[in-house]
Formats: sequence, structure tokens, C-alpha cells
Amino acid sequence: MYVSVRDRPGTDTTPAGRRGRVASTVVLLGVVSLLTDVSSEMVNAVLPIYLTKVLGLGILAYGVVDGIYQGVSALVRVVGGYLADRYDHPKWVAAAGYSVSALSRIALLPAHGFASVSAVITADRLGKGLRTAPRDTMIAAASPPDALGRNFGVHRALDTVGATIGPLAAFGLLLFVADGYDAIFVVSFAVAVAGVAVLVLLVPGRRARRRQGPRTVTARGVLRQLASPAVRRPVAAAGLLGLVTIGDGFLYLALQDRDNLAARYFPLLYVGTNIAYLALAVPLGRLADRIGRARVFVGGQLALVAVYLVASGPLSGLGTTVVALALLGTYYAATDGVLPALVSRVAPETGRASAIAAAQTAVVLARFVASLGFGWLWMTIGLQHALWLACGLLLVALPAAGWLLGLHRRGTPARVAP
Amino acid sequence: MTDAPSELEPAEPRPMSRRRVVVLALVLTACVAAATAYVIHARNVRLTVERTAPSLATRDDLEAVSAVPHLVFRNTALGDGYGHAAVVALTDVDGPRALTGSACERVYQRSDRTICLSAERKLVTTYRAQLLDRQWRPVRDLPLVGLPSRARLSADGTFVATTTFVSGDSYAQPGQFSTRTVVTPTAGGGGVDLEQFRLIVDGRQVSAADRNVWGVTFADGDTFYATAASSGTTWLVRGSMAARTLTALREDVECPSLSPDGTRIAFKKHGTLPPGKWRLAVLDLATMRETLLGEQRSVDDQAEWLDNGNVLYGMPRTGAVATSDVWVTPADGSGTPRVLVHDAWSPSVVR
Repeated sequence: MYVSVRDRPGTDTTPAGRRGRVASTVVLLGVVSLLTDVSSEMVNAVLPIYLTKVLGLGILAYGVVDGIYQGVSALVRVVGGYLADRYDHPKWVAAAGYSVSALSRIALLPAHGFASVSAVITADRLGKGLRTAPRDTMIAAASPPDALGRNFGVHRALDTVGATIGPLAAFGLLLFVADGYDAIFVVSFAVAVAGVAVLVLLVPGRRARRRQGPRTVTARGVLRQLASPAVRRPVAAAGLLGLVTIGDGFLYLALQDRDNLAARYFPLLYVGTNIAYLALAVPLGRLADRIGRARVFVGGQLALVAVYLVASGPLSGLGTTVVALALLGTYYAATDGVLPALVSRVAPETGRASAIAAAQTAVVLARFVASLGFGWLWMTIGLQHALWLACGLLLVALPAAGWLLGLHRRGTPARVAP
Repeated sequence: MTDAPSELEPAEPRPMSRRRVVVLALVLTACVAAATAYVIHARNVRLTVERTAPSLATRDDLEAVSAVPHLVFRNTALGDGYGHAAVVALTDVDGPRALTGSACERVYQRSDRTICLSAERKLVTTYRAQLLDRQWRPVRDLPLVGLPSRARLSADGTFVATTTFVSGDSYAQPGQFSTRTVVTPTAGGGGVDLEQFRLIVDGRQVSAADRNVWGVTFADGDTFYATAASSGTTWLVRGSMAARTLTALREDVECPSLSPDGTRIAFKKHGTLPPGKWRLAVLDLATMRETLLGEQRSVDDQAEWLDNGNVLYGMPRTGAVATSDVWVTPADGSGTPRVLVHDAWSPSVVR
């Protein structure tokens, strides 16, 4: 058996003009994500205030339980990926996920207790888990191999525009309708419905395998594909790096911890990261297409090392905060879209969604474990030492991840031939 | 190689059919129309409520009512003075209120000082803490970080304590929400973050970095009580400004409030309730015996003593948005709670 891992599109022979234009499917999926992110970030931005001030729920309680939902969402991802592969209908699996999240917005209106609000938030996270891998598969299927990174970059940039508009729209609405949380939920629902409509009506429901004739995809077959070195190694690399990645929440807390400025303008911290992400998603995607996705993915981790150093360093003030946020955005631009681009290229077509889901699940679960670990470290050895330790662990994990991704092979770095 | 990635099929999707574009246009129009209609409706409902609200009984003699024993609180009656600090005489607490010009999320008054935690709602909401004098004029701004939660002044007005929520994002981080409690001398000088005080539990110092302190209540010039937490346990602590220590007295006491005679503490007890729920209780400091109060609903507020026999607390009004009432219940666990002041929050009894 010969598994070709064409991570370097330069070695592919594709017509030069191919990657000039971004496929309309990619742009449309970007618009769907933009609308969905406007919708979800509108709600997320006001949720802490809504829960505590209007519903009178304890904010501490909410924070703890939220962690568990994230874990559930990671497992649903795998299901979403498998369903997309099994029935060769990624569009409909994605549409189901987007619809569940949309419905959860309107369900916030009657939800007034801790249990019902928790259930609604869980539904939203489940929908997100379900749709991510099928959607990334559709992006991959609509992209020429030499423009995968660029196209994922375009999608993530549109997605980030939505995430930036959302909170601003929510706070703008609150200015217009005092304490109008119900208005926020309704508008958020309408925006989400618009996103689902664009997906259902305009995005072509391409069935990648239809022309190859009927071939059943079984769970066992998908598992075998996931276990093959071509898929196993990048998934392991992403999981390994996730284990030594501390969550944004901790970084934001670290920035706030020594700097009242950062704490006062806390909501703006996300915007700062988003701007950097937005600006760099496409250029770094292009770079990944040119020099190799694995290289950019591993290189992005160096930006994260720099974030840790800045956050634990002696400097504080506006400049430091801005630098840290810009570096964090760079890290996301170099990894978030590049990972599915990388995995979709090495995975066999029949198991592409499952492979993307596996990689993303590995990242989410590993980060969850990392969060628990980092929280414990912060408690026991203090913030600065914990950051230094995370930094050291990341630097140790980087070469290992590089090896798993085949970066040590010179020339054609990602060719694996057993 | 059966499963190798196939070469890409032509990237062009089928051309969008005209019918689908029309349907999409209809859906989008419906979404925009419905959302706009709802927003305008919601705004109109609020404007109507404000216009038709039984015009709030107010009085203009702020100085006179402040000169007698009185109650200071945040007015939550919808309308012009919404969110402003207000004053009523203790002899006529649910009667006409004198509105001040200060908008406060949380307000507290002692001696000739008032602390007002306020929100500036722009595109990004920021919060500030101001010390005000008898005439409600700003004396000084205190640094304030995060969502206002609690505010207290010592009896002689020397110290002011503020508690805020400093929140992380909603990703899976345990301990992502932390509180910041700062005690500042009102006369001037910088505040001190109580997390920097030594926390002593059973004679041993707790140095875990996840220590959190909230809900200060002052006893005398140096002593205060507060809640400290670490690793999921909360304690009632007695604090000393001079010694910079917090000494744990017992577990499961949140947002303590010292009675006027200094013998008891009203507090929120979590016990075995679901997350985010508390019962109001009173602890006798001499015997360390606790009594659950008659309020059966969950209370999330720092209680205030009306007198040595009755406890006040704010309660969001069921079925209404952004409106709350101040309730009173006997401190010995007897009787049933009743509304003391309608459309009010953050009470402060000044005698």
C-alpha cells in the first residue's frame, strides 16, 4: 500500500491559473459562518450580564458547568464527521448543526432557570460540534489543492468578521432598547436563520463520491483510515500541541492580572485578537500553500511561545497588551484554518470529514485537559511560573510535532511511503 | 492505492437557479422585517411602560430627607430616574422618594460619604467607582475593574470596599471568573487588593493562587468580615487592615453583613443547593449558631440590617425585566418576608 501525502502543493501538477479565484462555495460558506458568528457572538457577549443581572444566576456556577459542555461538543464533532462521510451528504449534516444552533437562540426567550439556560447553551454547542467538520470538508472539496490554505484562510477571515461584528451589534442594540436582551435573542435568531438559508439554498450539495458509484463507508473502514500513518500522525501532532496550549481565557486573565487597563477594556481584548487573525488568515493561508501547511502550522506555535513570554514578562501597559493580542491572532491565523487544510489533503476522500473531525476533536480535548492542568498549575506555583512551564513544554513538544508531520524529511517533506 | 485523495473535480458548482435566489431573497427579507419589527416593538413597549408607568411618587427635599434616619437605594422604577440613587425617610420607606442625580449600579452610604459604582454604557460598557459627599458631589474616583458586585463603607466612613467580577471568556477554564475586592481609605491614597492579605485557615496559611475575596462588611476602624474562597471552599474570614490578615472563622458563608450591634452576621448560605442558589441565614458570632431566615427563594445579594431585628435584601421581580424590590424579613427566622420598598435595589440604612 502506498499512501501519498501531498502536503506540498508545489509538487502537484496543477494548472497555474486554478487558484486565482476563490470558489464561490468557499465564499458562500464563509458568509454562512459570518452570519452564524454574528448571531452567536451577539448572545455570548451579553450572556454573563444577562445571567447574573437579569436572571440572577451565579456567574461562578455558569463558568464551571460550561467546561463540561465543551467536552460534549468535542465528541459530537466526531459523529458529525462520520455522518458526513457515511452518507456522503456533508451539506445536510452541516445544515442540521447550523439549524440546532439557530433554534437555541430563540429558545433563550422562554428559558429563565439555570437548568433551562444550561440546556439551551448545550444545544448551541452541540450544533457547533456537529457542523464544523462537514463544513470544512465542503471547503476542502471545493478547493484546488494548491489553494487549500488560502481558501480556508478566506473562510476563517469571513468567520472572524462575524465574530467581531456580533458583540458590537449586541451592545448597539442595548443602547437602542434598554435592557433589550429579548431583542438581542430575536435578532440573533433572525441572523442565524439567514445563515441557514444561504447554506441550504445557495451552497451546492456536492456529493464527492457519487460519480464513483456506490461504495459503502463503514465505521470500521473510517477507523482504519484514521489509524493509517497519513492521518494518525497529523492528528497526533495537533493533539500533542493542544496539550501544551493554555486557553485564551487564561491568557486574558494573565493580561488583566497585572494591568488594570486590560481589565477595564476586557471586551476589546477579543476584538484585538480578531483583527490580527482577520488580517493574517489569508496571507498565512497562501504562505501555507507555498511552503507547506505543516511548516506554517508548526511555525504558528512559535507565535504562541512569544505570547507566553510577553504575558509572563516584566512589561505591562497598552503596548504589551497589543503585542500579545497581535501574536495570539497570528497563532490562530497560522493554525486554525491550516490544520483542516493539512488534514483534508492527507485524508482519503471517503474519510475526509472524519479525519478533519478527529484532528479538531484531538485539539479541543487536548486543550480541555491542558486547561484543567494549567488551572491547577496557576493555583499551585503561581501564574508566572505556570506560564514559563507552559512555554518550556511547548518548546519541547514542537520538534516532536514537527517529526510527526514529517518536517524532518528534506526535499519532499511530507511523503510517506511504507 | 484505492483510497488516495482523488484529484479535484472542477471547482465550479452548478449555477444557482433563479428560483433559489428568489426564495433566499424572500427568506432574508422576512428575517430583516421580523427582526426590525421585534426591535421596534420592544423599544415601543419600553417607551410605553415608561410613559404610562404610574408616575413615580417623588419628593424634592433631598436635603431634608437625608437629615433624618433614611434609606439610600438604587431606584429601579422604569422611567426618567431609572438607575439613579434615591433616598426615602425610614418613617415612610415605600412613600415618595427623593431622586439624586447619580446613576449607580450599587450604592452605599455611611457618615458623610457615599460610594457609587456606576456603568457607562457605550459600545463597550465600562464601570467606575465614585466617592460622593453629602450633597452627592464627586469627591474622588476610585479605580474599578470589572462588573460591579458589592460596595460597603465603614461606619465612620474611613474605608470603602468594592467587589467586582473580573471575567475570563466562556471557554473551558475552571476558575475563569474571579472577583477583585479592593479596600481604599476614603481620605486618599491607593487601595489594597484583599487577595494580597495572608489567608489563614486552621492556623495555616493558604497560598493557593486561586484565592478570591468578596463581600466586605466593616466592624470597626481595623476589623472587617468578608468571604474568602479557594479550591471550591468558601470561608467567613475576619480581616485586619493593620495586620493584613484574613482569618477563617467557619465554612460556607458568603457576602457577610454585620448587625448594628455587632453580634450577628447575615449571609448567603450555599449548602447543598444547586449551583448559583443561596439561602439567606444569620450567624451568631458568640455561639457560631446559624439560623435560616424565612425567605425560601434564592437570594444573591449582600444583606443589609434595617435594625437589630430585621434584614433587607434585593430581589429581582419575577416576570419583569430589570426591575427589583427590596424585601425585609425578621433576623430570627420567624415570620414571612415582605416587600419593604418597591422598585429598589442595593439598600443602605443610614441612621
